[in-house]
Amino acid sequence: MNSMNTAAMPAQNVSEKVAKPVIDEKPETAVITEGSTVGQPFADDPKFKLRNVEVFYGENPAIKNISLDIGRNEVIAFIGPSGCGKSTFLRCLNRMNDSIDICRVKGSLMLDDQDIYDPKRDVVELRARVGMVFQKPNPFPKSIYDNVAYGPRIHGLANRKSDLDDIVENSLRKAGLWDEVKDRLDATATGMSGGQQQRLCIARAIAVSPEVILMDEPCSALDPIATAKVEELIAEMSESYTIVIVTHSMQQAARVSDRTAYFHLGHLVEVNDTDKVFTAPDHQLTESYITGRFG
Amino acid sequence: MQTANLLPLILVIAVIAYGLAYMRSRTVAGPLGGIRNLKALPFYYAARAALWCAIPALIVLSAWAAFEGKVIQNLVVGSLPSELLPQSAGEASLLMSQINNVAAGKLNPNFVPADVVGAADKLGALNAQSSQFKTVLVVLIAVLGAAFAWSRVQPQINARENVERTLRWIFFACAAVAVLTTVGIVFSVIFETVRFFGKVPITEFLFGTSWSPQTALRADQVGSDGAFGIIPLFTGTLLISAIALLVAVPTGLLSAVYLSEYASKSARSVIKPLLEMLAGVPTVVYGFFAALTVAPFIRDLAEMVGLEASSQSALAAGLVMGIMIIPFVSSLSDDVINAVPRTLRDGSLALGATQSETMKNVIFPAALPGIMGGILLAASRAIGETMIVVMAAGLAANLTANPLDSVTTVTVQIVTLLTGDQEFDSAKTLAAFALGMMLFILTLALNMIALKVVRKYREQYD
Repeated sequence: MNSMNTAAMPAQNVSEKVAKPVIDEKPETAVITEGSTVGQPFADDPKFKLRNVEVFYGENPAIKNISLDIGRNEVIAFIGPSGCGKSTFLRCLNRMNDSIDICRVKGSLMLDDQDIYDPKRDVVELRARVGMVFQKPNPFPKSIYDNVAYGPRIHGLANRKSDLDDIVENSLRKAGLWDEVKDRLDATATGMSGGQQQRLCIARAIAVSPEVILMDEPCSALDPIATAKVEELIAEMSESYTIVIVTHSMQQAARVSDRTAYFHLGHLVEVNDTDKVFTAPDHQLTESYITGRFG
Repeated sequence: MQTANLLPLILVIAVIAYGLAYMRSRTVAGPLGGIRNLKALPFYYAARAALWCAIPALIVLSAWAAFEGKVIQNLVVGSLPSELLPQSAGEASLLMSQINNVAAGKLNPNFVPADVVGAADKLGALNAQSSQFKTVLVVLIAVLGAAFAWSRVQPQINARENVERTLRWIFFACAAVAVLTTVGIVFSVIFETVRFFGKVPITEFLFGTSWSPQTALRADQVGSDGAFGIIPLFTGTLLISAIALLVAVPTGLLSAVYLSEYASKSARSVIKPLLEMLAGVPTVVYGFFAALTVAPFIRDLAEMVGLEASSQSALAAGLVMGIMIIPFVSSLSDDVINAVPRTLRDGSLALGATQSETMKNVIFPAALPGIMGGILLAASRAIGETMIVVMAAGLAANLTANPLDSVTTVTVQIVTLLTGDQEFDSAKTLAAFALGMMLFILTLALNMIALKVVRKYREQYD
């Protein structure tokens, strides 16, 4: 069993490995030991430094001793079968699990070397820095303008109406939505198409100038064209934000992310560069999953 | 047989028809290879048999009951000699009650004309005949209906459609009952109101500032002519309702917010039923609580700070009424707040909004229609409430906005006008109907305004 080997794998010719997988070098069976993650879970000077994270729903462990670094301006994808804990783990990063009474989080979760779960921590400030986009587009039943202006208003980001107008326009532009909605900013957001709604939610998250954006299966409710637009957007945003994306689509993970983390039954099995995960995964379970043997 | 006894009989026949049709459908299905070869499940054949048995019988029975009395009365009166025939409606009813009393043995036959005794005998005979005939007819129809349905238990006939269609009509009839009742109430009130306005000019009624409905009963009686200005009553109603809503809306709304957003599951499961119990306390209990505890307390308190307060005050009634209607606001609001999708809440929280900001900016606007509904219900309860006001606010029709004064309300006046002996053609009695009409219009207007408000401000999710 490998345990957290950062650079243990020797450099190999990728194409050769695809043609003839060298089984011996991988953990042979589908056995996972707690806290053992193969690949490269750590980074220098990370945005998030997460160590020995455990999450319980009541008595049931949902996340079992996971350690992971998330780099600055990195796009990292969380993949894995349903119920493997990837969404739960994602929601720890901006404390969205707080609203679930029976949920307990243990371990050390640091954002820029500050403890996320410090009892004295201001959750409002944390969430302003770590934005989130949800699985189902959830625009507020307000106008398009008010949706984007919602965050800046509650955080007092604009002193004047013209400032707010600028923030709204910039956010909508960054989300690639401005040209579609600039003439109907007062129209209600729930009347937009699903893809537009999701991009509006992204604009809404961008509007508070976060450093990190968490995306929980952002395209699972969208058609392929809308999905392509959102993915394009993620690629553009990766220049200025750290992005953590949970996805069920392996093609999507392969297209948008720099690194990919594979979760299995609450364990973090493997973290590696995305190319490597999809061409020559280190762990047997990862390979089984990406080749469609289960999941 | 009496109508009341026929009803259970029809029910029994219908149950038997159900059972027989059920068994027959299974028997029919047997050789075909099971009930899936029938057009409909055995339940539908059976239900159709029960419906065909019961519904025609019930219709005939109710029609019979409706016309029986009239027909028999005409037959009896028609048999009387012409010199006894009644000249007016009053005489007719007197004659009929004489005949009835003789027939029932309550009146000695020696005191009435022989023809009336004969009519009474005829009445008894007709009643007996009618009853027998009715019993036979109804049972016959029920049995025939059941037999027909039984014969129609055939695999190629789709009983499901018949049953569905019949059920649709039954549901419609039930819905119609409520609507027709409302229409009936409105019309009965309208007719009396029009009669009232024949005696008291409508302008005096609507704009008069003095209410004193005592009219002279005799021509030579010293007394008032009666003053029918509803303004003091309406200000009283509005004053007390406003106080009640001032108590109930903030308390109810905020407790709903607490229950749905902040309270733990266990706290909620205790507090919510307790709150709802408030609505179950009889208003008479609230009434004496208001009259014996709250009103004196308010008077003492007011005197302590140097204000003059009557021992029955609008404030006392309003406060207690407010407590009573809290659950209307809190319970309904709690339900609609809970119905707002979790994703909206999460969306707001994830943007860094606090719980109360989320409540104010997202959940409240989305839940507004339901909250408004709760407030409306509470308001109609407050306007229509009578008992608390009778006991705690008094009967004096003062035109005042001072909550420490005693006032009276529209409902209380309706009660005082219609209780005790009265003649139905006096302005005093008819005034009650006009007041009822005004109350009806008031609540209707309230509903329409609230609907407008909701349509303007609601934020529709989904």
